[in-house]
Amino acid sequence: MAEEIVRSNQSGEVTMRIWRGDEDGGEFAEYVMPGLEGEVVLDVIHRVQASEAPDLACRWNCKAGKCGSCSAEINGRPALMCMTRMDTLPPGETVTVAPMRAFPIIRDLVTDVSYNYEVAKRIPPLSPRDKTNDEVKAGGYRMAQIDVERSQEFRKCIECFLCQDVCHVVRDHEENKTAYAGPRFFIRSAELEMHPLDTNDRRQLLQEEQGLGKCNITKCCTEVCPEHIKITDNAIIPLKERVVDAKYDPVAWLGRKINKRTKRTAQEAAAEAPSEGPAAVLPPGGVHGIPQTHTDGSGTPEFAMAPPAPDDSPPEPVGDDAPA
Amino acid sequence: MTDYESHEFDVIIIGAGGAGLRAAVEAQAMGLRTAVVCKSLLGKAHTVMAEGGIAAAMGNVYAEDNWKVHFRDTMRGGKLLNNWRMAQLHAQEAPDRVRELEGWGALFDRTPEGLILQRDFGGHRYARLAHVGDRTGLELIRTMQQKAVADGMEVFMELKVLRLLHDVDGTVSGLVGYWRPSGGFVVLKAKSVVLATGGVGKSWMYTSNSWESTGDGHAMALWAGADLIDMECIQFHPTGMVWPLSVRGILVTEGVRGDGGVLRNSEGTRFMFDYVPDMFRAETADSEDEADKWYDDHTAGRRPPELLPRDEVARSINSEVKAGRGSPHGGVFLDIATRRTAEDIRRRLPSMYHQFKELAGVDITAEAMEVGPTCHYIMGGVRVEADTTAATVPGLFAAGEVAGGMHGANRLGGNSLSDLLVFGRRAGIGAAEFAQGRVGDISLDEGQIQATIDAAVAPFEREGGENPYDIQHALQEAMQSLVGIIRTGAELEQALGKLEELEERAGNISLSGGTKYNPGWNLTTDLPAMLTISRCTTMGALNRKESRGGQTRDDFPTADPEMGKVNFVERIADPSNAPTGVCGTPSVRSITSQPEPVPVMPDELRALLEEAN
Repeated sequence: MAEEIVRSNQSGEVTMRIWRGDEDGGEFAEYVMPGLEGEVVLDVIHRVQASEAPDLACRWNCKAGKCGSCSAEINGRPALMCMTRMDTLPPGETVTVAPMRAFPIIRDLVTDVSYNYEVAKRIPPLSPRDKTNDEVKAGGYRMAQIDVERSQEFRKCIECFLCQDVCHVVRDHEENKTAYAGPRFFIRSAELEMHPLDTNDRRQLLQEEQGLGKCNITKCCTEVCPEHIKITDNAIIPLKERVVDAKYDPVAWLGRKINKRTKRTAQEAAAEAPSEGPAAVLPPGGVHGIPQTHTDGSGTPEFAMAPPAPDDSPPEPVGDDAPA
Repeated sequence: MTDYESHEFDVIIIGAGGAGLRAAVEAQAMGLRTAVVCKSLLGKAHTVMAEGGIAAAMGNVYAEDNWKVHFRDTMRGGKLLNNWRMAQLHAQEAPDRVRELEGWGALFDRTPEGLILQRDFGGHRYARLAHVGDRTGLELIRTMQQKAVADGMEVFMELKVLRLLHDVDGTVSGLVGYWRPSGGFVVLKAKSVVLATGGVGKSWMYTSNSWESTGDGHAMALWAGADLIDMECIQFHPTGMVWPLSVRGILVTEGVRGDGGVLRNSEGTRFMFDYVPDMFRAETADSEDEADKWYDDHTAGRRPPELLPRDEVARSINSEVKAGRGSPHGGVFLDIATRRTAEDIRRRLPSMYHQFKELAGVDITAEAMEVGPTCHYIMGGVRVEADTTAATVPGLFAAGEVAGGMHGANRLGGNSLSDLLVFGRRAGIGAAEFAQGRVGDISLDEGQIQATIDAAVAPFEREGGENPYDIQHALQEAMQSLVGIIRTGAELEQALGKLEELEERAGNISLSGGTKYNPGWNLTTDLPAMLTISRCTTMGALNRKESRGGQTRDDFPTADPEMGKVNFVERIADPSNAPTGVCGTPSVRSITSQPEPVPVMPDELRALLEEAN
């Protein structure tokens, strides 16, 4: 039976200031739209697309805060567009929407986030211990709920990369990207370090190749995390402690001498990564997000870290609540 | 002549959700040059939205559970329209597929004994869903993504596939598509292709599906000459959000009901007791008291009617709203606040808690949610051979939501994630073995490639034509109002006319702004598939003159045993000679829909269906 289509009530107008452009430069464009009850920023962007600007580029998928695609900087604050309700922004004021600043622009609100996918490849995967006889009989590993919960917190990550965007180490220092994994991948390493089944020791790798020491724990990442993961307190600080212990702690050193080590060293762990050589731990295949890295037609893609940010990258957005 | 880049692989998988990644891992492990192609970034596929869990008869909570009971539940939930062999393989292999995820890093919630915890869901006799709170899909996709990256998989992200290509003898041999970021065209050549493209929900107005669910794989298979089955069987999930309108359709996990939540109408009545169908009467509680005992001990009472299969619950909610007993915004109330402690709710349903708090301003630990049916899943899809997932054209395989048969007329909650793993793996093996056995050079038809590219960019040459978003909205309104949860013959006929009109309009789209990350263009190239699958659904719905699972006809309100013996098959008899529709694809007018017999189940399996009702 024909279903009735319900429509929203209008409540005033909203003015959107949206960054339009590409790697060659761009500027903010203003769009005035009817305001509709209960909407999030992404709804308004979609209505701009459907009416005035069908070519306005933005990424999105689930529109429910579960996929982490629609990251942007709203009034200067890194956030998911699908989880930012219009009625939480200052009423009557223009809403500024800019792309994430830490990544090179592709077009409008879409940035080249391939840096993150490159870092992901350099993390040695889980190397699980063998099953015990009892576990073989029971048909699966035994782990206590309390032991899985620590890593479960980090596995809530939806890879929106807002923490990477806000992190000072790379936000204004493109050059750091070659030797810095960033908050998202520190929690990935923390997840594996604390994983009840993992046998790798990742501490040396974290210190020497992933730049853990560069993080100066300003907690900006924790502040913008839409999953409310305590990135700094529960992942980065414990990792820093473990790395320091590994290097300087005489008791830990003695402990390692006396007890049989169960975790493997960085070199052994790195060997677990799908690597060609010992230093660069890149897999033979790859994640081709950006066609430019894959246009030679040879089938053997080359990987470049993200190119330097364009000179005309969007200006520092206004707004006094930008995390500092 | 437009330039394009080209690459060659043994096996190409289209789609990077659970099924696609599982297929890729298997094909790569067999030593084949494997690539995955996906429309979005890696890790964003719709699998990420699955909440409640993965159904697998591991018996960790109820030792009585085994594959035979799971098979029985699946077939009965599917109203016996299922491909019995798929349901059997699925029930038998799901436990191993779940356990192997743990070795790849997945961390499920645990039982007190330290094993994988399993939760209750609709239509499953025992607590059977392995889960991580209410974000199981995220755990599955992240685990598979990390496994694929560790294996060094080649992934082509943000690449939209326009159509499949075939060899001179008709064997599927690759694809043509474009990079969404640059707009550059790409041809991938392969010895076999796996479709793992997910669903079709974006053609309806209220849906839990993302923009990606435009039926690309369904349509490309059909255009390549493959059969589709059961396309009329669409699952409307009973509990989507209804307010505010901007979030209407977003999923509310069945886990809310599995964990004790109940449905009430505006009078406060647990109305589901009034809607228990005969098929499930013997196993369903007939009082609130009996139902409430069941949560703690499944032997102390029978199942609450809130946990009937999804088709039953969705129709019941629809009836309550129509009878004037709905909630203020046209849904019903889903109450867990009065049933469980606030701490329990936040621990077991954390993302539901946040979703309602942040999007609707509702605290689900203190008040009831407003929910109503939302277009969620298509049971129908590419007709496949159960063991290999081979489609009816050589070189083509399909797994996950894009494949038909496994779930019959209605899918049980939790059976999708297990389907992805079981048949994703089988598709990887099937496609790899086909590739290994394929001899001779592959020659692609240059004319077909150029024609596809030309048709894709044609809207940029046109001026003063249609806006693609207007056509999408008109399609969504038509499918929602005319081919929704309750259907009639007259409205379905009306929908067919509407689809022909929309096809014509879609052929007259004009665009500007270039091909580089242009959502208007991306949508324009999704529309041919959306129109094609909408036509298949409407034709199947018109032909199936009965009500069964995800097909409810107001003019044929009961199930017809004769109709239960057939699948409706949609195909394009001769795609190369079909009239041209949008973007150079075969016109929707060339699709036919005919009944063909459902595969006959062996007696020993049939006996399982009758056991212990």
